Amino acid sequence: MTDTRINPSRRRLLTMTAGAALATPFLSIRAAAQTTNLSMLAWYGHAEPDIVGEFEEENNVKFTPKYYTGGDNMLGLIAQSPPGTYDVILSDGEYVQQLNAAGYIQELDPADYPFDDFFPEFQKFPGHWKDGKLYSVITRFGFLGVAYNTDEFSEKEASTYGVYADKKATGKLGHFDWHLPNLGQMSLWEGNPSPYDIDEAAWQAVQDRTMSLRPQVGGFFDYGGTFSSLKSGQMTLFAGIGDWITGTLERSGAPVRSVIPEEGGLQFTESFSIGKGTKKYDMAKKWIQYITSPKGQAKSATMAAYPCLIPSKPGWEVLNETDPAEAKRQKMVLGERNVMDMIREGLIQYRQLPVQQDLSTWNDFWSDYKAA
Amino acid sequence: MTKRPSLFSLVLALPLLVWQLAFFLFPLIFLVAISFWTVKMFQMQPDLNFGNWQRILTRGIFWDAYLHTMILAASASALTSAIAFPASYAISFKLSETAKRWLIFVLIIPFFTSYLVRVYSWQVFLTDAGIINTALGYIGLGPFAMLNNNFGTLVGMITLCLPLVILLQTFSLNFVNRDLIEAAHNLRCGRLRTVFAVIVPSARVGLVIAALFAFILSFGDFVSPLYLGGGNPPTLSIMITDITKSGQQWPRAAVVAIMMIATLMTVALGAITYAYKERGK
Repeated sequence: MTDTRINPSRRRLLTMTAGAALATPFLSIRAAAQTTNLSMLAWYGHAEPDIVGEFEEENNVKFTPKYYTGGDNMLGLIAQSPPGTYDVILSDGEYVQQLNAAGYIQELDPADYPFDDFFPEFQKFPGHWKDGKLYSVITRFGFLGVAYNTDEFSEKEASTYGVYADKKATGKLGHFDWHLPNLGQMSLWEGNPSPYDIDEAAWQAVQDRTMSLRPQVGGFFDYGGTFSSLKSGQMTLFAGIGDWITGTLERSGAPVRSVIPEEGGLQFTESFSIGKGTKKYDMAKKWIQYITSPKGQAKSATMAAYPCLIPSKPGWEVLNETDPAEAKRQKMVLGERNVMDMIREGLIQYRQLPVQQDLSTWNDFWSDYKAA
Repeated sequence: MTKRPSLFSLVLALPLLVWQLAFFLFPLIFLVAISFWTVKMFQMQPDLNFGNWQRILTRGIFWDAYLHTMILAASASALTSAIAFPASYAISFKLSETAKRWLIFVLIIPFFTSYLVRVYSWQVFLTDAGIINTALGYIGLGPFAMLNNNFGTLVGMITLCLPLVILLQTFSLNFVNRDLIEAAHNLRCGRLRTVFAVIVPSARVGLVIAALFAFILSFGDFVSPLYLGGGNPPTLSIMITDITKSGQQWPRAAVVAIMMIATLMTVALGAITYAYKERGK
């Protein structure tokens, strides 16, 4: 007797094919209905498979990223899009207040997020709360210092902003082309304890100090240019960046590193908010819960696009178990001198928008400096 | 009496007209309009504000960048034309038809690869420890600074323009009447003099149009000034990105863009007038 399951008759084959053909659209409609599309506005790398892959699989979510370069670019993109375009928004800390002031982000419930896991410095992060209400959750941070080629400079030599004026660096000093981190570093070099809150005299001194470096400058670079010029050794010193760039290069074997100089370093932070008008609030919340969980935090610390420090203590513990070398390289090891000690020693200042001058004043000076 | 164009020819010309209206004239009008708008909280708001024009045109760095861009584009155009001419001459006058076809095919190949990739690959050659400086080091020369300066920018611009300029020059030289060259030789005109007194004037239109294309492409180029010139000092295209990056000042960037378009239109009009000018006038 012929087994019709193995050798079906022509009529049965036709019936099966027709049944399958009719059922396919329903299957795909059902599958499509289950997949939630979550749009994310972020710096490059945050919606790549190494970060979101597991979450997408577990929750049947598909991220649609829109990447930006710089906080102004981000604000511009939101301003020019209808409400609800972006479900989750990653922004630098100093731009959260502006997002909130413009009404682009929703209030969050602090009970939804693991603030108790965070180091105390990050539990009530400035700008993320307004009138006791939460609007954004910090997920990672990093330091900006002196980036140097280890074949050309020792760590001791690079441990002061004064190295930017070193004769060895003439024509070899690169700038990450954004005024905020560069001028913040110059302000620290000038000895301003709050580098962005300076009076007119101090601002003039910052400008003079910056202009004195102009003969040293080899170029002004965007994200890609910064990578290639450091990797090729064309630039041996770099201002305005930190481990978020040199860490990636160091992992790939390039002789570059960053150090926090004795005059102090700057700190940037990245945090997630939920866009106002989103129809996927619950899934957006779930994503922020995932990325601030110990497992998500460890992933975030080793992001392929650029590594960062993480504010979650259990996140540090997971990182030390899964990637102890990277935890050590980034100085995120409990029980020995680590990045939290550097913050507590007052060596690190927040990067922020200028307080006493208009943002366009700083930007205009940066344009003049570039053209000088 | 002027002959009126037929309905058929008007219909054929219609797509071009629609294209130009949709993708040149309307965007241009919009660009002019937003140059008078204002930006508040990173949002553009319709306005009739002359502040953007005043702010850009009264700043020294705009005119510095303008002059720098003009010099770079003019240099790139002149250098590309000079480098291209011997090659175009050889292809048009010295090679067999088969070799000519192969070389024209070879000249099209660079367009298969992204310009950005080609510019990035130049970095491997031009860095202080790159291929050229390493080779020069073997004979005791260098290293020479070839990256993050005007030299690097010009290398990139010539990379962009050279294949196109050679092709345009070659097609132009192909149309030069060979009888004129023969007549020049019969009248005992030397080879070099024949080139400058007969061939170049005969191919003037094509040669000028080729140089004009090189100027236009170089004037608006963003990739070479940034990745081979290090943005040091900035050109107008870099200035546009700077202005939009900080504060989302698209209206001010529109002013720079309009100045660039006006310059290109003036240069193009001047070049075409010169190219088609009747001899002796």
